[in-house]
Amino acid sequence: MTSVTDPPQGSFRLSMLLNDTRYRSYTFQFIALVLLIAFMAYLGVNLVRNLAAAGLNISFSFLSDPAGYDINQRPIEYDSQSSHLRAAMVGILNTLIVAFLACVTATIFGVIAGVLRLSSNWVVRKLMSVYVEIFRNIPVLIWIIIIFSIMTVAMPAPRAFRGDNATSSMLFDSFAFTNRGVYAPAPVIDGAMGWIVIAVFIASIVGIFAYRRFATKKLYDTGQLLPTLWPSVAMFFVPTILVYFILGRPITLDYPSLQGFNFQGGLHLRGSLIALWFALAIYTGAFIAENVRAGIQAISKGQTEAAASLGLRPGRIMNLVVLPQALRVIIPPLISQYLNITKNSSLAIAVGYMDVTSTLGGITLNQTGRAIEAILLLMLFYLTISLLISGIMNVYNNSVKLKER
Amino acid sequence: MSDNNSVAFVRTETLPQLPPPASQAGAVKWARENLFSSIPSGILTLVSLYVIYLLVAFVGPWIANGVWNTDSLAECREVLDGTTGACFSVISERWNQLLFGFSYPVEHYWRPGLAFILLFIAAAPVMFFDLPRKLLIFTGLYPFIAFWLIWGGTIFTPLFALAGIMVGYLVYSRYVKDSFAMGFFGGVIAAFIAWYIGGFIVGAIAPEEPFLEAVQSRNMGGFMLNMILGVTCVSLSVPLGIVLALGRQSDMPIIKWICVCFIEFIRGVPLITLLFVANVVLAYFLPPGTTFDLILRVIIMITMFSSAYIAEVIRGGLAALPKGQYEAADSLGLDYAQAMRLIILPQALKISIPGIVNIAVGLFKDTTLVSVISMFDVVGMIRGPILSSTDWNGVYWELFMAASVLFFVVCYGISQYSQWLERRLATDHR
Repeated sequence: MTSVTDPPQGSFRLSMLLNDTRYRSYTFQFIALVLLIAFMAYLGVNLVRNLAAAGLNISFSFLSDPAGYDINQRPIEYDSQSSHLRAAMVGILNTLIVAFLACVTATIFGVIAGVLRLSSNWVVRKLMSVYVEIFRNIPVLIWIIIIFSIMTVAMPAPRAFRGDNATSSMLFDSFAFTNRGVYAPAPVIDGAMGWIVIAVFIASIVGIFAYRRFATKKLYDTGQLLPTLWPSVAMFFVPTILVYFILGRPITLDYPSLQGFNFQGGLHLRGSLIALWFALAIYTGAFIAENVRAGIQAISKGQTEAAASLGLRPGRIMNLVVLPQALRVIIPPLISQYLNITKNSSLAIAVGYMDVTSTLGGITLNQTGRAIEAILLLMLFYLTISLLISGIMNVYNNSVKLKER
Repeated sequence: MSDNNSVAFVRTETLPQLPPPASQAGAVKWARENLFSSIPSGILTLVSLYVIYLLVAFVGPWIANGVWNTDSLAECREVLDGTTGACFSVISERWNQLLFGFSYPVEHYWRPGLAFILLFIAAAPVMFFDLPRKLLIFTGLYPFIAFWLIWGGTIFTPLFALAGIMVGYLVYSRYVKDSFAMGFFGGVIAAFIAWYIGGFIVGAIAPEEPFLEAVQSRNMGGFMLNMILGVTCVSLSVPLGIVLALGRQSDMPIIKWICVCFIEFIRGVPLITLLFVANVVLAYFLPPGTTFDLILRVIIMITMFSSAYIAEVIRGGLAALPKGQYEAADSLGLDYAQAMRLIILPQALKISIPGIVNIAVGLFKDTTLVSVISMFDVVGMIRGPILSSTDWNGVYWELFMAASVLFFVVCYGISQYSQWLERRLATDHR
């Protein structure tokens, strides 16, 4: 290319700022920047004037003041004399708890429903489409409130469990479904011995993965196929149970029991937690089911047929050919569903579950009147979680991206 | 044995065709293939049939015995007399409140009703391409008509708003031949000037007794509020989303980063926090003394929220276009605005339609969140005035079922339309 189409004109004219492609983008960006700064300055000036008029200032010192309200679900030490910051931390932990529980449950529901929607069985297929369509098309807030109403209105009161002719009874003598929540047995870890059992359990799970990796490597290196199923099962149960009995059963279950007007002991799952957990799980599960179905359908039939013609058995076709390809399609939307669960868990405020929106954005905001600071912190928390998760997703996407050219 | 062979037997006529064996035809074959093809499948069938039976046995009598015309829960329980049955009378008695909220004037219910019917006429030419294009004129006029019908007041307000847009369009079409940017910005500025002048004129000539009585925004409620928020925010956020998506794809770093920050920020926070902003924080950022409607503030926030999501969907559509399309547009000598308008966007938007519809459905469901900031949409109505009234204290399932049915009908309808549109727009021959 020797010819120059647009030789420079030497002198610079003002109209070139708008008409010359070399300068036009700078003009536009300059205008955009000026407009943005002007807009921000306008908001800032208004804010300063409004705050001055109301006699307020921006300060985060309220975080260290005593909160003065109670939180019914406390994963960490907290009482009404603790600071607002502590209350926010409790809220954050409660958000993470319900989000984690809902993510796990939604994945289970979604995978089951998504696979069954492709089943050859007509009744099952239709039943699953009905599930998906019903739950996808009704707002999650309505589901949360419906399940909360079931938990608080339709469940028996604790006194229905009392007496010889009690109208309600406990499931397996260990689970009580009452209108104050669900009472379940709680594991009690008895000192260092108990932690040893847990450590052994974790170690054996790590061991299972190590063994499976070893078996795969051996298969690729020598072609020798080691059994994986039975050793895995054995490693899962045997060491833990052995240690458990050798150390003299250091982990016991604390069963809930009816004392006075209420149940005591055990694990108390409040109606609000259960409502939020299950509503988010079934609602998001319907979306995950669609993702799973789309992922499996995205694998062309030729892949399955090619694997079958190589002589692979159906189970191995699924494990070695279809799933690795389908997961690449399924996992990115799956992670963004997890993100949605975390964000939707802020609906806790509708049923009084004390997550970070209810503590920091609800009671703390109302008590201190620090609306700007509280909402800023709240947004910052959710933003951090979102960016963290989407960062992980980007890393994953890059690692599974097809390396074509 | 060989004695019988003396007479040769030759069949001369064709045998009539026999029906296939019973196991290979009709319902039995279908059931064998679709219900009991293997043992696990058979077990699954039985389990699902049992689940369906449980559901029907549980819900069936409740619906069948439903009572539709009593005035309170106590009366309804009396009629039911201990049998299982639903008190649907709460729905028939409070139906208007579920639809319109509790403070919209009763004698004006026909106005939002008419606006709702006209919505279908306005949406039809957008949704179905075979309809005559002239109907789009009505679509363009619809926002003003609907505003006038629902809010009432003097007709000059929507008229002058429309006039402002027309002035803007005239200026745009006069200057767009020179440069798109000149036409666009000129049009926007002209429209604002027209609105500014129109504001004074409306204030001067507005009649004391307008033809349609004005209704305050705070009187809006019920499912109507969900519809207003959903329709307004979706239609506003599509153009905004296109602008944001183009900005994010832009070569200009400052504009690109403004768009990226906006989109990622909005997508990173829950809608509830944005509604909190609309409710309590936004007032701090406005000039002292200005007060404007909570509905308007909520519309601004929800529009920002959904435009960020729509922008991401459209960005996906833009990214899915082959690079050759951009190069072809360049080689035809089209400038940026022309290339986008004539070549890139029509294709990119077509790809993104299913995604946009998904966002629209999600947004419509999310409008229920306004009940958290104490607006009385359909969920707010149920949890607030209806459940706390002495007549209907304790009716949960019937009311939530009514709300669910309302949402299900709309959302399922939209998603079915989207699937139809996808098949319709599929121009690749597969």
